[in-house]
Amino acid sequence: MKNTKYINLQFLLLLSLGITFFSSCERDFSDEVVFATFPPNGDVFIDAFSSGLDYFPFVDAGADPEAFSVETEDVFSGSSAMRFDVPSFGNGFVGATFNTTANRNLTSFDALTFYAKASQAAAIDAIGFGIDGSTNNKFQVTLNNLEVSTRWEKYVIPIPDASKLISETGLFWLAEGASFAGDEGGYTLLFDEIKFEKLGTVAQPSPAIFSGQDLTEQTFTGSTVTITGLTQTFNLDNGVNRTATVAPSYFDFTSSDIEVARVSELGEISVIGEGTAEITAVLGGVSANGSITITSSGTLQAAPDPTLPQANVKSIFSNTYVNDTESNFTPGFGGSTTETTVASANGNDVLVYSNNNFTGILFENTVDATALTFLHVDVYVQQAGTEVGIQIRDVGANQMIETDPNTGFPIADDKDFRFDLTGLTVGQWTSFDIPLGGDIATQKNNLGALILTGGPNFIMDNIYFYTE
Amino acid sequence: MKRENKKRTVQQRNSKRLLMSSPLAMLFFLMLGCATDDTQTVTNFTQLVMFDEFSTDGAPDSTLWGFDIGTGENGWGNNELQYYTDRPENVEVVNGILLIKAQEESFEGSSYTSARLLTKDLFEQRYGRFEARIRLPYGQGIWPAFWMLGADIDENPWPGAGEIDIMEYRGQNPSLLIGSVHGPGYSGGNAISKEYTLENDRFDTGFHIFGIEWGPEYINFYVDDVLYNQITPADVTGQWVFNKPFYILINLAVGGSFVGSPNAETTFPQTMLVDYVRVYNIND
Repeated sequence: MKNTKYINLQFLLLLSLGITFFSSCERDFSDEVVFATFPPNGDVFIDAFSSGLDYFPFVDAGADPEAFSVETEDVFSGSSAMRFDVPSFGNGFVGATFNTTANRNLTSFDALTFYAKASQAAAIDAIGFGIDGSTNNKFQVTLNNLEVSTRWEKYVIPIPDASKLISETGLFWLAEGASFAGDEGGYTLLFDEIKFEKLGTVAQPSPAIFSGQDLTEQTFTGSTVTITGLTQTFNLDNGVNRTATVAPSYFDFTSSDIEVARVSELGEISVIGEGTAEITAVLGGVSANGSITITSSGTLQAAPDPTLPQANVKSIFSNTYVNDTESNFTPGFGGSTTETTVASANGNDVLVYSNNNFTGILFENTVDATALTFLHVDVYVQQAGTEVGIQIRDVGANQMIETDPNTGFPIADDKDFRFDLTGLTVGQWTSFDIPLGGDIATQKNNLGALILTGGPNFIMDNIYFYTE
Repeated sequence: MKRENKKRTVQQRNSKRLLMSSPLAMLFFLMLGCATDDTQTVTNFTQLVMFDEFSTDGAPDSTLWGFDIGTGENGWGNNELQYYTDRPENVEVVNGILLIKAQEESFEGSSYTSARLLTKDLFEQRYGRFEARIRLPYGQGIWPAFWMLGADIDENPWPGAGEIDIMEYRGQNPSLLIGSVHGPGYSGGNAISKEYTLENDRFDTGFHIFGIEWGPEYINFYVDDVLYNQITPADVTGQWVFNKPFYILINLAVGGSFVGSPNAETTFPQTMLVDYVRVYNIND
């Protein structure tokens, strides 16, 4: 107790001296002033937790906090290594971040490196650094499916742009588990000599946005588009091109017309006016592959307001009604080219589909439409000749979508009804009321999905089942 | 004739050139002086006798450089995949730098094009200091080289004519340099060779000086200020053939038995940047 007081007193004395000094002589910082920086300590786990480091398992997400331990038998060098026991399928997963309470300056390094080994050949789902709740993971880096073998080998995760990392706490994170019954699980992962290093051999940066694609999107004022597919690729000294998913804040985004679209530091594009703007990006002075050209046709008029009472409706997507079920609007079907965004125009949400070949709306809980007779949907298009196919799918008692991969038609206990949305007028909302007919006339108690084909560009609103 | 012309030009510009290069030369010989022992022969190669600083944009100087065109026999003896051309798409001088560009394109039955320059019949010399300042390309299946062949190769086929590889490098090992000699009884996979690893750096991110010092009975291999090998008649498992004029080659190959084929991760075009080529002779 006494000791603490003494230190506090000393500190106060120092502080008052400082205050006196600054208040007594007003002046600007001279050129010689060097601002204090956080220490450039690159060590994460050499033989023990480095200074200030702590273990934060992702317990809320279902990670097993007991999966981590310190290994002293099988180590790469020194006295200990990090050990993770990856649970078998269905028993949780390994997921944690190792953060420091003492912020680090990582600007003098070019990579996070470590030695790793597994009790069986495995691919780590996600591994990297930069998890930091206080900055919303502003500088997160994630390597997916890192393959590790059964002998100790060195791995390198390059820093996308080290000049950004002046005050970091998230030094190492990983997530690995058996994500399906046949996936690897019930094995041991070991890590040793985890540290940030200046290798000098991390070279030839090749950043990308939208995974290097040049996209075009028809949209309208008031909508937002998120930049996805943000990666940085480096060539390593073993010839491997290492690509990591990186946070948007590593990039500098540019809009060719800021009166049409502006981009935030987080890669959110806000469409603010009529016209065309191209969005490009630079990472660490290198132009990123990929871009998006946004054409805004001005303000989107609102779809006609639904008039039916809530009691007659089971809604999928509408600001007018309470949803009957939540839905997955981006199911990511294999081979799908569709980009789906929920955009907001004057407080009303709409679904914007771009480059559609096929996609779907997957209901999280099936809809019992036994007492209902129609599906309502409003569609808005900006290109003449646009037609959209809609398939109302009943997934049957087993609640699973079962489709013949060759024909695309429902099999087993599934049924569907297909309807084409045609005769659409450019620049206007067209409303459709589709009878729950055909094969689902007698089986509509487990409606599980709407499949959308054609387009390729259209906007939808007010999707709901109803009875008159 | 052409050589005589060249020499005259060189001598006109010689004094200025030597002034510029002397600090480097002094540094080098200082280093070499430290490393000297009884078994080494040291010669001061300080007289600049040939140089190309690539100071004129366009095609390389035709009085100094010729080209190999096509695919040779079996991809120049190595199953190389490129078709060599002298088109500006594959070779040109821009802003003081010679660019040799490997392109991925369908051309005369090949999937890649590139270029190979050589001073055969234009500049040939026995002994001397040969060096070039180069930034290398990178990627699986990329194979640049700065090398020499015995000038009597038409009468005395390879490997009898002799080959000195001042710089060879595999694009998939961007920190690793290979220097070799080939001759009768020690060619191809049995060449007398040494690798040098550039610690904490790579050859494709900046320019490096690759050179040899070649005198009677020895060839010293160096990169930047590091002498990393000396080969003498005692090191070769056959006849020492490095006692006659050789000519210079600079090329960028794609694929072949030495490097393997490019893969999906190899990006094209790949460019080899040559800042200069300089040859010095003994100052007598």
